[in-house]
Order: sequence, then C-alpha cells, then structure tokens
Amino acid sequence: MVEQILTIAQSEPAEAVTFATADGMLGSVWLLVAIPLVSAAILLLLGKRADRWGHWLGVGAIGAAFVLGLTYFFQLRGLENKQVELSLWDFIAVGGLRVDFGLLFDPLAAVFVLLITGVGFLIHLYAVEYMAHDAGRRLFFAYFNLFVAAMLLLVLGNNYVMLYFGWEGVGLASYLLISFWYGRPSAATAGKKAFLMNRVGDAGLAIGIFIMFAMLGTTQYDEVFNGVGSLTSTTVLVLGLLLLLGAAGKSGQFPLQAWLPDAMEGPTPVSALIHAATMVTAGVYLIARSNAIFSANETLQLVVVSVGALTLLMGCIIGAAKDDIKRVLAWSTVSQIGYMFLGVGLGGAAYALAIVHLLAHGFFKANMFLGAGSVMHGMNDQVDIRRFGGLSKYMKVTWLTFMMGWLAIIGMFPFSGYFSKEPIIVAAFEREGWTAWLFGMAALLGAGLTAFYMTRLFVLTFHGPKRWTEDIEHPHESPKLMTIPLILLAIGSVGAGFLLATSVPDWLTATNGLGAESGEHAPVLAHWLLTALSLLVTVLGAGLAWFLFRGGTATEPQPAGVVVTAARRNLYTDAFNEAVFEKPGIFLTRALVFLDNRGVDGLVNGLAAAVGGGSGRLRRLQTGFVRSYATSILTGALLVVAAFLAVQAGWLA
Amino acid sequence: MSELRLPSIDYAALAPILIMLGAALLGVLVEAFVPRRLRNAVQLGLALVAMLAAIVMVILNADDRLITIGGAIAIDGPTLFLQGAILVLAVMALLLVGDRTVERGGAFVAHAAVTAESAEDRRQAEGVGGATEVYPLMSFAIGGMLIFVAANDLLTMFVALEVFSLPLYLLCALARRRRLLSQEAALKYFMLGAYASAFFLFGVALIYGFTSGIPGRTAGVDFATVHAAVTESPSSPVLLFAGMALLAIGLLFKAAAAPFHVWTPDVYQGAPTPITGFMAACTKVAAFGALLRVFHVAFAGASWDFTPVLGAIAVLTMLVGAVLAVTQTDIKRLLAYSSIANAGYLLVGVLAPSREGLSGTMFYLAAYGFSVLAAFAVVTLVRDADGEATHLSRWAGLGRRSPFFAAIFTFILLAFAGIPLTSGFTSKFAVFGPALEANQAWLVIAGVLTSMVLAFPYLRVVVMMWLSEPGESTPTVTVPGALTSAALVIGVLATLVLGVVPGPLLDLTTGAAEFVR
Repeated sequence: MVEQILTIAQSEPAEAVTFATADGMLGSVWLLVAIPLVSAAILLLLGKRADRWGHWLGVGAIGAAFVLGLTYFFQLRGLENKQVELSLWDFIAVGGLRVDFGLLFDPLAAVFVLLITGVGFLIHLYAVEYMAHDAGRRLFFAYFNLFVAAMLLLVLGNNYVMLYFGWEGVGLASYLLISFWYGRPSAATAGKKAFLMNRVGDAGLAIGIFIMFAMLGTTQYDEVFNGVGSLTSTTVLVLGLLLLLGAAGKSGQFPLQAWLPDAMEGPTPVSALIHAATMVTAGVYLIARSNAIFSANETLQLVVVSVGALTLLMGCIIGAAKDDIKRVLAWSTVSQIGYMFLGVGLGGAAYALAIVHLLAHGFFKANMFLGAGSVMHGMNDQVDIRRFGGLSKYMKVTWLTFMMGWLAIIGMFPFSGYFSKEPIIVAAFEREGWTAWLFGMAALLGAGLTAFYMTRLFVLTFHGPKRWTEDIEHPHESPKLMTIPLILLAIGSVGAGFLLATSVPDWLTATNGLGAESGEHAPVLAHWLLTALSLLVTVLGAGLAWFLFRGGTATEPQPAGVVVTAARRNLYTDAFNEAVFEKPGIFLTRALVFLDNRGVDGLVNGLAAAVGGGSGRLRRLQTGFVRSYATSILTGALLVVAAFLAVQAGWLA
Repeated sequence: MSELRLPSIDYAALAPILIMLGAALLGVLVEAFVPRRLRNAVQLGLALVAMLAAIVMVILNADDRLITIGGAIAIDGPTLFLQGAILVLAVMALLLVGDRTVERGGAFVAHAAVTAESAEDRRQAEGVGGATEVYPLMSFAIGGMLIFVAANDLLTMFVALEVFSLPLYLLCALARRRRLLSQEAALKYFMLGAYASAFFLFGVALIYGFTSGIPGRTAGVDFATVHAAVTESPSSPVLLFAGMALLAIGLLFKAAAAPFHVWTPDVYQGAPTPITGFMAACTKVAAFGALLRVFHVAFAGASWDFTPVLGAIAVLTMLVGAVLAVTQTDIKRLLAYSSIANAGYLLVGVLAPSREGLSGTMFYLAAYGFSVLAAFAVVTLVRDADGEATHLSRWAGLGRRSPFFAAIFTFILLAFAGIPLTSGFTSKFAVFGPALEANQAWLVIAGVLTSMVLAFPYLRVVVMMWLSEPGESTPTVTVPGALTSAALVIGVLATLVLGVVPGPLLDLTTGAAEFVR
C-alpha cells in the first residue's frame, strides 16, 4: 500500500505556489467560521434566557458547519486548482507590510474542516447529556462553539497571521474550558499550567512570524513558500525551530508536554475534542502547512523527527505507569502525536501519512475519551482504573465501542490504527544511514509499548474482578445521547483507517508540497518483515499486559523500581521545569516587587523597622514614600546620563 | 536699536489651541457668575462644545504643514493627528467626568478644602453636587497638551508641559471618596512632577549651551537649530548628551517609563477614576507626541547614540510593567502597571526611525487610548456602598452578576493582552513590524516575551470574573448613565473596529507621518 501511495505522490512535481480565487459556492467559505462564532456570541450575550435551549443551538451550529464543510469538500473535488483563496479584506496594509484577512480552502484545510466539524458535532451531541446536570451548561457550549470557530479559523487562514489568530483563540478557549470546573483547585492550576506552557510556544510562533516579515516582507502562505529558497539555511533553521517551538507547545511535545495530561481536569468532552482530536494536532497542521520551510533544511527535519521519537517513547513509558483513566489516555495522545511529528519530520510522502494518522487518531481517541467519560458517568466520576474491573457486563455498548478504539490505537489489523501507524514505522526505516535504525526501532518499540499500556487500561477497566469502591452497587450504561456518538465513532475507528489510507494521500497531493517526494528509499528491512514485526510487537505487548492484569491489580500504590517510579513522576520533567523555570521566575518577581515597594532607601527603613518594631511600622514600608520614589528617579537619571555619556565616549556603541 | 517686528501668526492653524484655552478662561468666569445649580450643565456644555469645535478645526486644518508664531509652533501631520487624538479621547474622558448618575453628585468632591474624614466631609460625600472647577481645569490641561505636541522649540514645550501638568495635579486631588489617598496621590504627583520638570529645564539649558558657536547661526533651542547643531556644533558633545539625557528624563517621566514610573501606580489608584482614564489616555498621547518630535526632529542626527539607551529603558519598562502587574491586587494598580508596560511598547515604536514607525506609534497611541478609557469607564461602574470596589477579590463572580459588563471588560482585557481581532493586536503589530525592519529585533523579542507575561494578569481577572461564584462581597454593577454609556460604547467599538479593520486609521497615520522641520 505504501508503494502505491508513493507512486501517486511522485507523479506531481513541485512548482511555484499559486492559489485560485474562490468563487461561486466556495465564496461563502467564511460561513464555516462565522456560524459557530455567532452561536457562541448568542449564547454568551443572552445569558440565562438561553439556558433552556442554548445547548441545542450549540449542537446545531456545529452540525450546520459540518454540512457546509461537506458541500465545500465536494465543490473542491471538481476543481482544477484545488487551492482556492478568499480574500475578505486588507487587514493591515502599511508601507511594506501587507496582511490579508483571507481564507484558504485546499485539500489539507478541507480534511481538517471535516475532522473538526464531524468529530466536533458528535462530541457536542454527547456533551448535551454529559453536562445535563451542570448549571453552567450553556456557558460550556458557548466556549465550545468559540473553540470550534477559532480552530476552523486556524486551519482556514491563508497566512501566518490568520493562523496566529486561530492559534490564540483555541488557546483561550482551551484555558477557559480546562478551568471550567473552577471549584477544584487542581482545575485552576491545570488551566494556569496549560496557559503558561502554551505562552512559551506562542512566543516562539509570534517571533517566527515577525522573522518572516523581516526577511520576506510577507506572511501570505504562497509568498512565503515561494520565497523560502532565497533565505540562508541558518535563517530557515531559526525560523523552523521557532515554528517548531510553537507547534510543540500546542501539541504537547517535548519539552512542553507537561500541560496536556493536567488539562484532563476539564470536562471529558473537552478532553475528547480539544485535547485529543483537534487542538493538540494544530502543531502537526502547522508543520505540514509549512512543509516548504521544513523540507528546506535537513537539520530542521532531524530535530522534528527527534522530538517526535523522544516524545512518543516518553508518552508510552509514562502512560504505562499511570492509574487515572483520562491521564493514561492523555499520555497516549502525547505519544500518538509523537508519531505524527515523526511523520511530518520525515518529510516527503510521510507528510501525508502523518495527516492520515492524525485523522484516524481523531476518531479512535475521541471514541475512547468519550468511552472513558461514559465509564466515569456510570461509576460516580471515579477515574482510578484500579477501582474498575468487570464492567463489560454492565456497560455493553461502552465496552464494545471502547474495544474498537483499543484495537485501533494498538494498530491491530484490520482496524484503523494499523493502516495509519504501520506506514509511519516503515517510513522511519526508510531514512538513510544509521538514523533509519534509530528512529525505526523507536517507532517499533513505541508500538509494542502502546499495545502494553492500552491493553492494561482496557483489561483493568472492563475485565477481571470487580474492585469498585463501596458506594457503587450497580453501574449503569449511559443514555442514548451518549452511546450513539460512541457507536458512530467506533465505526470510524474500525473503518476509517483503510478508507483514509487509500484516499487521503492522493487527495492531499493537490496541497502544495504534500505530494512532493524527494526520491524513494528502500527500507533497511524488507517491507513485509516490518509489517510482520510491528504486528508481532503489538501482539506481544498486548499479550503481556493481558497476562499480567487479567487477574486485576492491587487497589493501592505498590512499591516500584526505579523505572516505574520515574514514570509515575512523569520522568521527572515536572521537577525539572520547577527547578529551571518556576523558581527563577518567582525569584525575579519577588526581587522586582522588593525593589519597587521598598525603593532605594528601603534598606534604611528596614533597619528602622527592625529597631522600632511593631507591625504599624512594617506596614508603612508598603506605602510608597515620595522620598524613595525621588531617590529611584534620581538613580535612574544618573544611570541614563551616565549611559548617554558612555555611549558618547564610545564605551557602549 | 532695531525695530520690533511682530512674528506672523496663523490664527486658523492655532485655532484648536486657542479654542481650548479660551473655553478654559470662560469656564473660570462661569464659576464666578453662573448660579450654582446651573453651573454643572453650563460648564459641561461649554467644555464639550469647545472640544467639538476644536476637533472641527483640526479636521479643517488637516492639510496644513507650516511653522507659525515665530517658529514656536509647528502644525504638521503628526501634530494634527495627535491633537485630534487628544481631543477625541478627551471628549470620552469628559463624558466620564460629567456623569453624575453613577455616583450621586459625580466622582468629584464638592468642596476640596473640607478636611478629609471629618463630619462635614462625610456629609458632602452623601451626594452634594461635585466641584465644577474640574471642567476649566480639564480644558486648560487639554490646551496645554495641544501645545505640547505642536511645540517647535524646547521652551514652548516646557511651558506647555507646565500648563497641562498643573491642572492635572489639582484634578488628582479631587476624588469624592477616599480623599486622603487622593490628596496623597496629588501631592506625590506634584512633587515628583516638579522634580522631573527641573531635569527637563536643566536639559534645555545644556542644549542651549551646545548650540552656541555654530558659524552663521545664533544659539537657540528651536528644533531646527538643535538639529543643525547635532552635526555642526563645535561645542563639547558632553553638553549634547547630558542635555539629551535630561530632556528624555523629563519626558519619560510623563510617559511613565521605568525607572521614572514610580509615581504611576499610586497616582492612578488615588486619582478620581475618570481623571485616571484621562491621564492614561491623553497624557500618554501628549508625552509620546513630544518624545517623537524631540527624537525624530531635533536629535535625528544622533539616533545611533540614543537608540541603545532608550532601547534599554524600553526593555526595562516592559519588564517592570509586565512582571509587577502579575502581583497586583487592585484593578487600578493593575491597569497602571499595564500602562507602564504599554509605554515600553510605545518606546519600541519611537525607536523605529522610519515613516512606518512613526505611523505605527501614533496608531498605537490612539488605539490604546480608546481601550484604556473604556477600561476605566467599567471600573467606575463596579461599586458598592463605599464607592468603587477596586480590590480584585471583589470582582470575583462578576460575570454571573452582570454578564454584559463583565463581557465588555473581558473584551477590553483581551485587547490589552493583544489577542487578535482587537486593536491590542494590530497596534502591537504596527510598532513591532517597523522596529524589526529597523534592525531592532531585540526590542521586538523583549516586547513579544513580556506581552506573553502580561497576558497572564489580564486573563487571571477574566477567569476570576467568569469562573468564580459571586460571594457576599461581590459588588453590583451600576447601570451607567447616558454619558458613561456613550464613552463606553465609543471605546469598545473603537477597540473592535481598529482590531478588525485597522486599514483606514493606518492609512490616516501613514499619511500624517511626516514632520516639518
């Protein structure tokens, strides 16, 4: 199958990028963003008046967007140049700067639109029931619609500034939704963590965009891609690394992976839509969209591949040690996106493979998250897999649909993961030299580990002896509104892989750069052998987990060896972040506050307070004395005058 | 002895200034002769009409590019744009000042001389009509600002500085509630302002010394002479650089740049909120207008020398503003530190010596003014029995109580945070872009990084408003009167429109971005 994809991919030579103008039906492509946005605005502005019917408006808006997206998709199929651009208005036009407020609908954007609105619609539907008992359901749907609008803007923009708009928008919506259950301190902390780590990535992206401006004078996709050839390789490397930093922040990749598992504090539909199916794949989208930049520098590709390979292994190892059902799924998301990064890093035909895996992952991961939500719904919001067991008898639909997701993610033939993951493993083995072995083996090992921890999750939840807490007598299956989306997504988990793998790479060739192939390499091992090997490690991993956990597990944490302890503590990455970023940050803030409050003569006051004692005196330190302000101004003035004179004397310039 | 010749005066070009100063003088007469119960309406109407007339004159003068009144005033693109911006923002501020329905009697004390905290003071706080002197004081201040951005020599600039500063010191002291805090703020502002003015004046003296001795020119402090002196003067450059530094300090003080920002939080917190908004918007425009003119016209030849120093100040300002904003617990102090950080971003624009840089800075000034006035307008509305509830903890759960105003405030905070599709994003874009083209990448990187930090305190407020339960102490939002509503609508609409279609205003600023020399 891969050979088939590669030959199709090869037939399209790379050439200068030109976009056609959107007209006719496609001229209204902006409606995709506008509909959810208007719905969100209505839900927010009407307030309590919309409480009764608001959630249905939210669901309907996404449904309408999906139908529209499907229509546009079929329109696009009939076109000669499958990249249509719709310029709405000149957003910023000063001198040399020109930013268009425009949209680009091309095969890559089209598949994302279908994923976002399609999976999004099912998750919205599920959330109607899941959030039924929450007083803030209307607000939840408002944020949810806002998220979809921002995500659609992200994938539909025709330049990097538009992408940045969507990028900030999804970040904001994600922050609001993670901290939705503000009553829990952990939710508030998780929201902050997600926000801060994303900011690091966003700063990278923003600086990258400014560099584009400085070097190329534009941020329009077509002009940037055509201009990359004129840049020095160092510039391309720096630009690419900054974009990668942005991508890593949004997609939870090393070194910015820590926020994603914590983000699971939000309601489960949020985890399913934002932190599994769509937003976290924005980084993959960014790299695939910028393929002209990433393909232009081999070092850059090597970095992307390394980040992907490292993250996919980290995710697997940590995922195997966690006991919280949503966190295991979260780390598996981190790891699966690692596969996608591996794919986009390999370049050439593997771009399309990564997108296929992204789409397939969207189905089966959303399926499993919603399944996890359904389990929690029936088990009084219990999330500890050590406290489940034997649920297959009580929740038939959830069990069967979850099984489809499980078989899909571990890459078992003929479920969708097999068709999307195995080609990436093979592609990794197609690199030149020893790196083929390094990254290929990492991908292969990852497949085995994935099979292990996902089977552990599945067996501990649905099979083996019951280990429920005392308050649960008879777990119930979830209502229809929750199981129907599950069933639909399960069908996707079974069938989507084959369909996507046979059609999407061909379809994507029309998006610039995604069809280009820089010459085929034979894998270092025979193709049939790799297929057999990947199935073998999957069966081994799954079998081992089945053997170990079919009899249940202890309900309390057990003493463990070095590796498991490290994995339980997220491989000490949190500790590292705290020591390297958090502590100095806090120290800097304190130092600045100290200087600002105390002023220059604070030391004198401090001594006086120490001698005089009494809280009154101490409190007075907090109020600003004019004399300390004046001293600070004077010090500043002396420094400024000295600096000017130093410049003049040639010391600084 | 030569015959005394009067300089030619272009009255039409000076009309906006003359109108504002005239209205201020008339206002003083109104105080003396109009009966007390009519005074507020008359004064408000007078000030409003004067401002609108001045705006009309600015628009009529739009094509003027001239230097008049003996070289003291330059009417050119930047002058006219900045004068227009000051006047439009001042109208918004005036609407806030004039509103007497949000708080009975308005935001100002009835008798400034009453001892604070005395029984009489408590009586007046109950709702006696506020002092109407604020209107002429405001008109004087605006007149001074209009001269400040148009001044074509350093002495005119100094006089204008004092003309607009003195009324501001007084206005700060006139808060109806928390009068001790207000008076303390005014006194601090006055003392530190006088201190900074002294630096400015000393700088003028040094520059004057520097300009003497150029062959074929007399010494002087008009910008053309200073400009020529920078390249031609035989005097010691120490005079130039020391003078430039001292001048910069005087201006940076008004602009609230670190380390001359220390007064800002206290004064912003203590001053009556409409006046805080007025200072945050209009004083900022005036101060940066003067900075632009001094550094782009007079010292243009020395840009290699001042850029590193001012750049370091810009970075320090952004850092101080952004980091300290994180720890604030009072909304007015939070906005003060945000205003400090914004001064840093504006300095980045000042240091981009191109036409785009000038245009971007002017765009930023106008856009920021609208947003910050709208922000302070919301602050005036969130109140309890003791006046405004400015402590952040009190804002928790406001989204549940008054979703509409919380949504408006959220929007403004998102604009401050530079979220796209608000003017906050476009204006940062407009100053960072030219700075990057001028090879000031380090400033842009510092700007992007600090704005990422600064987004955090804003979003913390947003989360607090929406994602907390309203408590016992959550204040209600007063329904605003017509005047405050009008100001709020203008501010929010401008923030939105400039974020979505910034094109027209950017065209306007680009067209105006050229100084006459």
